[in-house]
Amino acid sequence: MSRWVIRGIRTGIKTTGYPRDPEHAPGVTPGLPVGDVLGAEAAALAERCPTGALDQKDGYIAVDYRRCVHCYRCVRGVPRPLAWQAGYEWAGLSGEPRAQDRLGGPFRRSIHILVVDAGDCGACLNEVKQLNNAYYNMHRLGFFITPTPRHADVLLVVGPVTDHMHAALKKIHDAMPTPKRVVAVGACALSGGVFAESFVCGRGVSEVLPVDVEVPGNPPPPLAILHGLLVAAGRKPAVPLTSAEGGM
Amino acid sequence: MNGVELKDRIEDGWPGRARCRFDAARRVNEVTCERAALADVCRRIFHEWDFSFAGLIVEEGPDAWRLRYVFYGERDAGWVHVLVAAPLAENAFPSVVVEAGIYAADWHEREAEDLFGVRFEGHPRLGDFVLHDDAWQESVEPMRRGFDAVAAMRNRRPDADWRPQRILQEPGAFVMPIGPKFSGVTESVHFLLETVGEDVIRSSTRLFYKWRAVEKLAEGKTPDEVLLLAERFAATTAFAHGLAYCQAVESIAGADVPARACVLRVFLAELERLRQHAGAIQEICESTALVVATSQAGILEEELLRVSGNLAGHRYLFGLLTPGGLACDLPTGACREALGAARAVLARMRSLDDELRISSSFLDRIEEVGVIFPQVARAYSLVGPVARASAFVRDLRRVQPYSGYESYEFDVPSEEEGDGYARLRVLFAEARQSMRIMEQAVDALREGEIRAPVNLRGGAALGAVEAPRGAAFHWVRLDDGGRVSRYHIITPSFVNWHSFHLAAEKFAFQDFPIILSTFDLSVAENDR
Repeated sequence: MSRWVIRGIRTGIKTTGYPRDPEHAPGVTPGLPVGDVLGAEAAALAERCPTGALDQKDGYIAVDYRRCVHCYRCVRGVPRPLAWQAGYEWAGLSGEPRAQDRLGGPFRRSIHILVVDAGDCGACLNEVKQLNNAYYNMHRLGFFITPTPRHADVLLVVGPVTDHMHAALKKIHDAMPTPKRVVAVGACALSGGVFAESFVCGRGVSEVLPVDVEVPGNPPPPLAILHGLLVAAGRKPAVPLTSAEGGM
Repeated sequence: MNGVELKDRIEDGWPGRARCRFDAARRVNEVTCERAALADVCRRIFHEWDFSFAGLIVEEGPDAWRLRYVFYGERDAGWVHVLVAAPLAENAFPSVVVEAGIYAADWHEREAEDLFGVRFEGHPRLGDFVLHDDAWQESVEPMRRGFDAVAAMRNRRPDADWRPQRILQEPGAFVMPIGPKFSGVTESVHFLLETVGEDVIRSSTRLFYKWRAVEKLAEGKTPDEVLLLAERFAATTAFAHGLAYCQAVESIAGADVPARACVLRVFLAELERLRQHAGAIQEICESTALVVATSQAGILEEELLRVSGNLAGHRYLFGLLTPGGLACDLPTGACREALGAARAVLARMRSLDDELRISSSFLDRIEEVGVIFPQVARAYSLVGPVARASAFVRDLRRVQPYSGYESYEFDVPSEEEGDGYARLRVLFAEARQSMRIMEQAVDALREGEIRAPVNLRGGAALGAVEAPRGAAFHWVRLDDGGRVSRYHIITPSFVNWHSFHLAAEKFAFQDFPIILSTFDLSVAENDR
């Protein structure tokens, strides 16, 4: 056993400086497209988006980050690609701005998170899993994963909410004590992603539960999910979820 | 036995009752046979000629059912597709599970029965499978052409009294239900563990909580739109599935993927395998509560995700594939840089491997648990590291090579024991082979085109790829307008989940999560 201990110590500290310092390591985020003025080419480019994330008006392209599935079709194989930003602080508040008032308070210190897979493809879940790894180590921020709804403050939902998970998800939410927050993670949870819309999949978690924080990305990188949790805890400001609101 | 000899054997075996057409380019023997001869033909292909059962593809034509039983064998033997048709009104077929003893077809038949309403006579366990009976009535057949989703929702009559089957009848026996939400960060799946005390006597897995009806969604869409689904239905192995799908479309269109794109595809597919295996190793360490090893393996996985993200823009390699090649070129220098980074990760993975091999408390927990015997692996046509740990070695990269895999030097690691430790050793060994292939791929990179034109036309084809978890098959049919009219995905997790209960039974409860982790099963990949 002592060999493992020595091995662990020798590895040194890998943990990111975020949220204290920004993380600049390459490959930590897939990025998101940026809204832009494209003039005559805007309509054709908006047309290329398979999930309707790009909205074109008078030559200006606005991006709805909740719908972006990182297909890169607005940047690859087009004469004038959209600009691309490589950030990760993407989490925004769902619904009315007054939601801001309800956050914070008892959630500022330690929070327990229940993760529910409501039809996820595995990627969002895998990125949530990374938060427990040495690189992100969310325990240092007072975030803990709990297996039971009775101990949970935050319900983190991934996936578009399939028909078969609908009842389970509602039961889990009902079983959580108040006050509670719902954080929806990933394009599928926010808009149904590429699975919207069919008789077994809707347009995301907000059709089933009141969502507080939305984290765009397909999947959002671990840092974006971390930002979402910090927003839910009232420890980081939220950002707009569309470029039309002046986001990013 | 090669494809031509096989053709002769089939035509001699069932004169007048089975016709055979050999497609030398695709190395496929297409056998059209009568319903009455189906079981016998399949039995000989599977049991006598030693083919693996890949899957069952059901298609509803304008006036007939078309069922296609797909088999694949060793390198020379190629593929066999057994075709049987029947008028739409006659939807009963012999069950090859019962009539031909092909247990591997069990879940394929259950799925087809549940989604199409096709009956398989003699199959002992049809009904509740994809569509849960406590959510939908049995008469709902969503994959039928004329399926009316609005009406189905309106007339929904779930069976409120439905209860899972209970086999164990001893005094004191009880069922321990687990899931669909259980533990920390896990996919949604339901386990029913029957026990009289300490040991799991019977285990059954209830899947499809995450069924997103991807195959139904694909119908009527363009191949470019369906590509998004192929990449995103099981995104931990997005590239492998995207590749299988693209191969199917390319095969229909007769497109010739340029050499550079083929090499890059191999490089990226192996990078994905390396990353996925690191993730699987991390899960195994975590299930045994070996904290430092979990943390170390987690570091490796995250670093490989970053290598992927830095090279391709996306940590799970989304958006690179396109029918005909790749959507964008990756500079050779960037590939070389990624290779160097991956090499450094692999060196530390090897050292982790060495350390685990001498950690007795760890070995005690994974050795001789969750055993899959070689004959079971064969009978269930298991795939991937799970099959290879049980000495059933059939790697598509080797036996039915694609994307130029025949020109790479690599070994297909295998073990004999079929226990948790054997599966772990296979994962480590495969990671080393992936690196060998990536080294050769980077050396083979030459400047050139990365995308060939694809002229969409009507037709159907099967794409087959050795995904990190095992063989993945994507069946695509395009109509004359170039739109997808049938899409069927057969995934390694679907195949391996079928056998999982055999590994979990007769072991103690505390072994259950460990056995589960050594199978590296994806629920999303199974549920689709």
